[in-house]
Amino acid sequence: MTQQTPVSKAPGRGGAESVAPKRDPRLLATVASPKGWLDAFKRALRGGDLGALPVVIGLILIAVVFQSANDRFLSPQNLSNLTVQIAAIGLMTTGVIMVLLLGEIDLSIGSVAGLAAAALAVLAVKQGVSEWVAIALAVGLGLLVGLVHGFIFAKLGVPAFVVTLAGLLGWQGLHLYLMGADGTINTSPSGTIALLTQTYFVSFMGWAIAVLALGLYVVSVFLVERRRRLAGLPYKPLTGVLFRAALLAVPILGGVWVLNQYKGVPLAFLIFVGFVVALDLILRKTRYGRMVYAVGGNAEAARRAGINVDLIRISVFGIASALAALGGVMLTSRNFAASVSTGGGEELMMAIAAAVIGGTSLFGGRGNAYSALLGGLVLGAIASGLLLLQMNTSVRFMITAGVLLVAVILDSLSRRGRKTHARGGA
Amino acid sequence: MSTPVLELSGISKTFGAVRALSDVDFQVGEGEVVALLGDNGAGKSTLVKVISGAHPADSGGVITWDGKPVSIGTPADAQRLGIATIYQDLALCDNLDIVGNLFLGNEKLHFPGTLDEVEMESRARELLDSLSVRIPNLRVPVASLSGGQRQIIAIARSLLGQPRVVMLDEPTAALGVAQTAQVLDLIERLRDKGLGVLLISHNMADVRAVADRAMVLRLGRNAGDFPIADTSYEEIVAAITGAADNPVSRRSERTGASALATEDK
Repeated sequence: MTQQTPVSKAPGRGGAESVAPKRDPRLLATVASPKGWLDAFKRALRGGDLGALPVVIGLILIAVVFQSANDRFLSPQNLSNLTVQIAAIGLMTTGVIMVLLLGEIDLSIGSVAGLAAAALAVLAVKQGVSEWVAIALAVGLGLLVGLVHGFIFAKLGVPAFVVTLAGLLGWQGLHLYLMGADGTINTSPSGTIALLTQTYFVSFMGWAIAVLALGLYVVSVFLVERRRRLAGLPYKPLTGVLFRAALLAVPILGGVWVLNQYKGVPLAFLIFVGFVVALDLILRKTRYGRMVYAVGGNAEAARRAGINVDLIRISVFGIASALAALGGVMLTSRNFAASVSTGGGEELMMAIAAAVIGGTSLFGGRGNAYSALLGGLVLGAIASGLLLLQMNTSVRFMITAGVLLVAVILDSLSRRGRKTHARGGA
Repeated sequence: MSTPVLELSGISKTFGAVRALSDVDFQVGEGEVVALLGDNGAGKSTLVKVISGAHPADSGGVITWDGKPVSIGTPADAQRLGIATIYQDLALCDNLDIVGNLFLGNEKLHFPGTLDEVEMESRARELLDSLSVRIPNLRVPVASLSGGQRQIIAIARSLLGQPRVVMLDEPTAALGVAQTAQVLDLIERLRDKGLGVLLISHNMADVRAVADRAMVLRLGRNAGDFPIADTSYEEIVAAITGAADNPVSRRSERTGASALATEDK
């Protein structure tokens, strides 16, 4: 069943004088069986490589607790609303993750989201600009704001903390100024903006998207593993690839099934997941992503390797603010209005907390795009569950703080675990 | 001996009112390990920076590469010629894996512009095999490697540019005994591959172990060029300190043992 064909040497490559065994005997082989995967998994855990495990366990725990307290928690309607609710802050979190990967922080994303919401409402309602154009302009404004932050941080050497603290105040001020005398500007309940969070896909579309995504995943992973095998590198056999795909299929297909029980897969959630996947691909598969990790790991080393560190920093702040602005657009869409309080409340803290809870390190250079999805789901589930139990914000803040603290402690402990366990010998 | 790969003659370098190098000559040939020695402030680092292009030399000196005069004005010039410099602080990204670090800033891409991890890992494996470096898994973050392995990765990375001269600044300064031996082994392998190696070290034991020649700088001037094999430890120390009568030789005469591996800081 497994592809145990003997490895062929890479063609047309002279130079390797020593005929070394292709697989180092010290490298613990992962046996292609459920037990082998379990052993490899245990090794990874002991090495401090927790991955998404704590978050997934946390999510299951949250689901069990709230479901036993109120059986509407896992109802399709509640879960569907949950996915729409987390989309706005989730988009802001994806931006925060990029900044955290650099080892920096962006405190201004809440204000930028609010500013974008205000600009969107003023343009679309008061100026009568087409809603599509207004959305594009609002996101463009966010990008511009982020580039300014990045420029001041990278070129003038002001700590990002201070630059974005000024941004937090300043952009909120501009937000209030734009809103003028009215505290709220209502947007059209049937325009493009409203449709962002009011659109649901019919069941068939939901299934098609899910199956297509899974298929692309399996094919691309399989092709990579085949190339690795042909090049004589350690590779995962086909059964391993299929096993991982099956693990991934459970939440994806299950999610689509549940969402289809209500109105279907929401567009807002799909936009959020789409950005997460796109960011993940950029971070893992492109030179730009590699540069972001490098700058976050050791900026001096990155500079010596010929990477334009300033450009990376400026661009990351620009992307983060553009995503925050998109989050602001989503907030406006969901409320059918922009108000003086849009983005000025807990959004900033929740976006940063979601990134950290999802597993992105505050110490820079470590984390991935999926933290936004996982962390967003954890915080969204807590908020939604407590709302069902009719507990107010005070309880939610305290519980969220507890979860955040646990996440940061896990981050610190896993750092220590890696330091002590992953020694390469010699 | 045939023409040296890199030869500098009459090199001077002034910083404001300070003359860091005056009229210095230096050469390194293929398959030769030259130790650059000198007390602190003798001009070792300045000479390395002149060669690496970080601080171009004052006019007047001549630099030849394969016998042809060249000018090294920027680090890019030096890299184009085939000079690689590995600084003391290793310049590795702890969070990236070995392959990522080896190819940092020089990633291999394939069709849609995405990283070609397979190609990079194969090339990394080949490179490390050719240096007889055995690291089981190239996909671990370099943070988890030992100091010696990290130094080896830093050196291996510089070899991807196919240099002909490699300059190592204190490669063993922070390493333990076994790790130092690994790095010294690697230096010998570089020599066997025909590379010219310029080794800056304060550790006389290392210098005696791998260097063919020791070039001593003192107060920015040449203070001697010794074949290691037939030069005593005391002679080199005398050249470094500028006198036969110095604390180290006095002590070794008194105790009768040759002091080894003293850091002359």
